[in-house]
Amino acid sequence: MTIERADIEKLAELARIELNEATIAETTRSIADVLALVDQLQAADTEGVEPMAHPTDAVQRLRPDVVTETNQREAFQAIAPATEAGLYLVPKVIE
Amino acid sequence: MQWETVIGLEVHVQLATKSKIFSGASTAFGAEPNTQACAIDLAMPGTLPVPNEQAFRDAIMFGLAIDADIARTSMFERKNYFYPDLPKAYQTTQLEKPIVGRGHVEIELADGSKKSIRIHHAHLEEDAGKSLHEDFHGMSGIDLNRAGTPLIEIVSEPDMRSSEEAVAFARKLHSIVTSLGICDGNMSQGSMRFDVNISVRPVGSDTFGTRTETKNLNSFKFMEDAIALEVERQIEVIEDGGKIIQETRLYNGDTKKARAMRSKEEANDYRYFPCPDLLPIVFNDDYIEQIRETLPELPDARRDRFLSQYGLSHYDANILSGDANVARYFETAAGGDAKLAANWIMGELSARLNAEDIAIQECPVSAEQLAGMIARLVDGTISSKMAKEVFDAMWNGEGSADDIIEARGLKQVSDSGAIEALVDEVIANSPQQVDNYRSADEAKRPKMLGYFVGQIMKASKGQANPQQVNEVLLRKLNDLL
Repeated sequence: MTIERADIEKLAELARIELNEATIAETTRSIADVLALVDQLQAADTEGVEPMAHPTDAVQRLRPDVVTETNQREAFQAIAPATEAGLYLVPKVIE
Repeated sequence: MQWETVIGLEVHVQLATKSKIFSGASTAFGAEPNTQACAIDLAMPGTLPVPNEQAFRDAIMFGLAIDADIARTSMFERKNYFYPDLPKAYQTTQLEKPIVGRGHVEIELADGSKKSIRIHHAHLEEDAGKSLHEDFHGMSGIDLNRAGTPLIEIVSEPDMRSSEEAVAFARKLHSIVTSLGICDGNMSQGSMRFDVNISVRPVGSDTFGTRTETKNLNSFKFMEDAIALEVERQIEVIEDGGKIIQETRLYNGDTKKARAMRSKEEANDYRYFPCPDLLPIVFNDDYIEQIRETLPELPDARRDRFLSQYGLSHYDANILSGDANVARYFETAAGGDAKLAANWIMGELSARLNAEDIAIQECPVSAEQLAGMIARLVDGTISSKMAKEVFDAMWNGEGSADDIIEARGLKQVSDSGAIEALVDEVIANSPQQVDNYRSADEAKRPKMLGYFVGQIMKASKGQANPQQVNEVLLRKLNDLL
């Protein structure tokens, strides 16, 4: 698989990462190197092998449905840039 | 040209767990903003999610109820997007291995015909917070109490061909999840939200047209209206030579208008990938079979039982069995007289609940109170007119029917001696009307009784048993002929 500059620009936009001219070229090269490695891995014969969901051979532990958390709004909001009436304030978002 | 409508639904069902899907914060509705948003819900660095077992049990129950395959191994993915009500910048959801696989739901239409709607899958995920766009000095306010509330998203196949079918399907899902007790079904609080995918195609065509998605409908009425509006719009666009653009639309129930929200992102723009924080979730057959044994009565079985046990009509049985909360209320109230309970619930009670926009589980008149009032109707203590007054008083919190009847002196007079005396008195005081009655044509006489009945009821302060009054009055007047 090859990756082009346009792919990197789109991914950067989706990830909200700002890349300048110089870093776009460098990032494209670096990611192309990673993909080359992936190509190498894909050459392995995986016929009949179930795709792996997680690298460790363990299953998820679940917790009982019990409320264990208490209200710590004051502590959390003490480090927030802007709050009012118990709400976190953010730049206006309307679609 | 004749057009056919094709509809598929994505339904978000809020699970009625006490705590969130990945944290121990409370999910109770209506708390002060951000008092139920803990470090995990806020995506504080260093926190790790631990899944709530009850959310899985609920999802498995749903899967068993719709005869679906239950995944023995399921997993979570991250769906990445940026929005301030999603602090992690991804939603933890399921894509490749959802907990519930293919299943089906049977719906019944007004003409009595039945249809099976296929379920593509249902998966577990977390809800986002809420954005409030009132003016906070040009900023938006974020409440993260809802962030992390467990949801199952149920995805249907595009099997519905009319708004009637889509609404019947939505109601059936509501009925199933409330019967299972996995969702409180409170639509006005957003416990069930519907995204409707709609397209049209010429009748006879076997390919689908381009679809739009109308998001976040939270009432059956809005859903019906939004579908009618969108179908009309699409047909108009196509007949005018235009093309339907795949987009997300928002319907406003107040203005009854819809608008395009955004062009639909391509699926891969979400850059899904397996969530590294969560291991595969594995259930064995025993675990699933144990849940199957706890399945409560489902809506179809309940409707059949209402028909046979209470002798209800098909129509009444459908309405009263459909919503689990209504069904529970009915069964408690039916102690005195099932048919009367059915009439009161579908009549006066529903009208009041609708008018004040409250759910039956919050009804100020309990099912026990209603049963108590019906018992007094059945034994003749009160007339149906008095029952309305008693009902109003119960609604206003004045206590049980017996308390109200006692306090207001509402006892119906059924003593025949007392009623005879009242009738005699009114006849004696109305010589002119009695003469008119005697000289009137036989066919006209029944209409002339109203005057006498009115006078008698007035003289008894509304407490005479109307049926007895009618009988005695008719006998006495006819004696005078």
